[in-house]
Amino acid sequence: MPTLEIDGQEVTVEDGLNVIQAAEQVGIEVPHYCYHPGLSISGNCRMCLVEIENMPKLQIGCNTRVSDGMVVKTTSERAKHAQAAVLEFLLINHPIDCPICDQAGECKLQDYYMLYGAYKSEMQLEAKVHKGKVVDLGPEVVLDEERCILCARCTRFCDEITQTGELGIFERGDHSRISLFPGKKLDNPYSGNVVDVCPVGALTSKDFRFKSRVWYLEKTPSTCTRCATGCNIDIYHRRGEIFRFRPRQNPDVNTYWMCDEGRHWYKSFQQDSRIPTPLVRDESSFTVVSWEEAGKRVAHAVRSAQDGHGADAVAAIIGAKATNEEAFLLSRLLREQIGSTHTAGLSWSPADAFHDDFLIHADKNPNTQGLKSLGLLNGGGEAETILAAAEQGQVKVLFILGADLVTAFDQERIDSALGETTVIVLDTDYNSTTEYADIVLPIAAAVETDGTCTNQAGRVQRLSQAFPPPGEAKAGWEALALLSTGLDGPDSVSISDVFGELTHSVPAFAGLTYGKIGLQGTPLTGAGPETDS
Amino acid sequence: MAENVLLRHEDVPDIHKLDVYLAHDGYAAARQALTTLKPEEVTAQVKESNLRGRGGAGFPAGVKWGFLPKDSDKPVYLCCNADESEPGTFKDRAIIEKNTHILLEGILITCYAINAHTAYIYIRGEFAYGAKCLEQALAEAYGQGLFGKDIFGSGFDLEVYVHRGAGAYICGEETGLIESLEGKRAYPRIKPPFPAVYGLFGCPTIVNNVETLACVPSIIKNGPDWFRSIGPESGPGPKIYGVSGHVEKPGMFELPMGMPLREVIYDYAGGIKDGKQLKAVMPAGSSFPVLTPDEIDVHMDFDSMRAIGAFLGTAGIIVMDEDTCMVRALEIVDRFYHHESCGQCSPCREGTGWLHKLLVRLEEGNGKAEDIDLIDRICTNMMGNTVCVLADAAAMPTQSYLTKFRDEFVAHVTEGGCPLKKAAVQPEAA
Repeated sequence: MPTLEIDGQEVTVEDGLNVIQAAEQVGIEVPHYCYHPGLSISGNCRMCLVEIENMPKLQIGCNTRVSDGMVVKTTSERAKHAQAAVLEFLLINHPIDCPICDQAGECKLQDYYMLYGAYKSEMQLEAKVHKGKVVDLGPEVVLDEERCILCARCTRFCDEITQTGELGIFERGDHSRISLFPGKKLDNPYSGNVVDVCPVGALTSKDFRFKSRVWYLEKTPSTCTRCATGCNIDIYHRRGEIFRFRPRQNPDVNTYWMCDEGRHWYKSFQQDSRIPTPLVRDESSFTVVSWEEAGKRVAHAVRSAQDGHGADAVAAIIGAKATNEEAFLLSRLLREQIGSTHTAGLSWSPADAFHDDFLIHADKNPNTQGLKSLGLLNGGGEAETILAAAEQGQVKVLFILGADLVTAFDQERIDSALGETTVIVLDTDYNSTTEYADIVLPIAAAVETDGTCTNQAGRVQRLSQAFPPPGEAKAGWEALALLSTGLDGPDSVSISDVFGELTHSVPAFAGLTYGKIGLQGTPLTGAGPETDS
Repeated sequence: MAENVLLRHEDVPDIHKLDVYLAHDGYAAARQALTTLKPEEVTAQVKESNLRGRGGAGFPAGVKWGFLPKDSDKPVYLCCNADESEPGTFKDRAIIEKNTHILLEGILITCYAINAHTAYIYIRGEFAYGAKCLEQALAEAYGQGLFGKDIFGSGFDLEVYVHRGAGAYICGEETGLIESLEGKRAYPRIKPPFPAVYGLFGCPTIVNNVETLACVPSIIKNGPDWFRSIGPESGPGPKIYGVSGHVEKPGMFELPMGMPLREVIYDYAGGIKDGKQLKAVMPAGSSFPVLTPDEIDVHMDFDSMRAIGAFLGTAGIIVMDEDTCMVRALEIVDRFYHHESCGQCSPCREGTGWLHKLLVRLEEGNGKAEDIDLIDRICTNMMGNTVCVLADAAAMPTQSYLTKFRDEFVAHVTEGGCPLKKAAVQPEAA
């Protein structure tokens, strides 16, 4: 644990840190371009030059391990001079086309120029080196060679992280440029990350570019629900519209990265198939009703089935895209209020779903582990059991929460199981299963609700509401609280309230609080009855 | 010095042939080292000789060898830096082509000293003939058991490979050379770690210049005292001075270290061509400060040169006469660094090009008065702030030209172009 001085502040840090990392711990930013904590040290940009006592030359912070007694000056005259000089070098051949550059607003050249540069330009415009514009690298990424500062983050990403090696640096000196190796395309499943690591406007996202200025976007930290990995993300949105997902750092889950499939997952939340209002089926068509009316219909259906055929005539199938809170509330409604034993989870993924040994999981559900902890996917809690009972006419009312049974099972089977059953669907979008619904309750998508999911490694992570759900749709937990009170059950007033109730009834969650999970998630500590191996 | 060591072909014709080399005591030093000395004794002798690196930096060779870790279980490599590309420099080429075996013998002894069983000769790609000479000499020497397994019955094995570069100045930077040898782009590595600890293929590696290695056999043969008796104690030994430019007899001269520059130019290279006056000398290749005529009494050794703010470098002496336009000369120098900057570090990648553009502008008569200070400022900002010293190699001569020949730069601005060119043209027009 070396103790050193950085800009007059004494700091003790763990072994093996470099000057940039150590400075960060006392809130000092050493400006840098090529250094990235997830990549090897390259030391090429020279932006992180700092003065270190007893060393004649300025040193690059990224390649300087801190040691005991070191005295670092990041803002001395010499350091500041060097930082401004490096910026000037980086900008002389840069096109300074900020008004039409997609990176504007989140560009380290802009940021650092204001902080460390702010000199008068002495480069003549006509003397600049010209290079390729709008170079197509692959399905996700476009390159502007003139904006590139050759920090080699993107090449290192492809060499070290995906190990696909599509990109290299070609030519020499100020003619150097990033390019694809012959015959290659930047089309690996993680290619979008090079846009994130690019500190300037050289690599831009085909999907995002020119859609919005970044300063108009709000950023909400959340978790990707594309698969069971649960990469931490930021949702960039504006007025209820999502523009992009970007990975958010979490050393225990996704480090700095996310897959392209997850990156595009935001589109799944804003399709035309969203259900805006509660619906009930009269005769053959749906009628729009109020939540109050829909709640009454649900209560009526449940009571009739219970009275006429017993508690087990009411069943529920809960999809593994439901949050822990949603799954908990619905299973409690069934098990405790109604007294039914017919509550099951459903975690379905296509058999041929793409997966790898890095971040992309074969389980395309965000909360399979959570359902297991709630006893919903094992020990008889299988959707299969309920379908079988329904086929024998034993199920009179079936709740379906966030699960498309028609896709998971074959259509004939669903026809025979649900033909005579009152089907209550809680979901975000119309799908093949809503065709069978008698009552449809629109709920918020993962980006519109608070709640938690448990990823494949048993880590509970929070979803955050970026903006309210469309139309009359309600957060799943709110909708379920409403159904609970309609059946004379307990009410829930907040997500932390629901989570608190969950921790009291489910051993795997014992000791946790919603606040404690934080933005980085937390591994389940309590031993769950059915935690998966 | 009685006899040439490095340019021995001038005394002994065909010394590049193995039978001739053997007939003149060839490989005797290697035999002596491998059969009678321990590796550390060889290193000790080289240390004692004070042999300093001839690639330009002047780092003591024996000390460099001593940086190899003692407890490593990885193989040790020797890389012979034969990527001679410094402007005005052609000394290594002569050794490679004409005195080939002394280099190979130096490699053999050095590998024994540092316990390396594999050596690579990284030769500049354009030296196709030199590479052929090395291949031929190696084949001959392998045939006589001088390389390969159990050399001289000592149990010491050594394989030597000749690797031709693909045409970039930066491959001569020792870590650029290592990267290139590994098949990568020759981006110099950030240091630490140094090659002695983490070099070729991540293994301990020594990189030595051709002329340095060629000195080693004579140290073993004649002893460190003999070596130290040649030239100044602080950096002794035989040295090849290469003189080019406006002299009567351009060429190579093997002389002791520490020769006065004036003597080399006037006594050995025959003085300035056509009886003209000397204007400037770049005494150390192109990467170091230029000298004016009143500075040429300096002794050509590492420390004496440093004392006047100059460097010995490769001792590639570029002589310029009174008719030389210093702006144009510098434009050519900086064109080279612009062309050869690897482009890794921002200050060098962008700075070398910027310098060159400004100089072209000045030379063409489109320069502004403030350009001169701008050039100076760019140099200051480039120096000492990059992975390798290519930026310094561009900035140092540039600043020295500006300082020592400022009037000429100013004249290019005030007269809207090169006054010398105009002077040359006017009489014809008249």
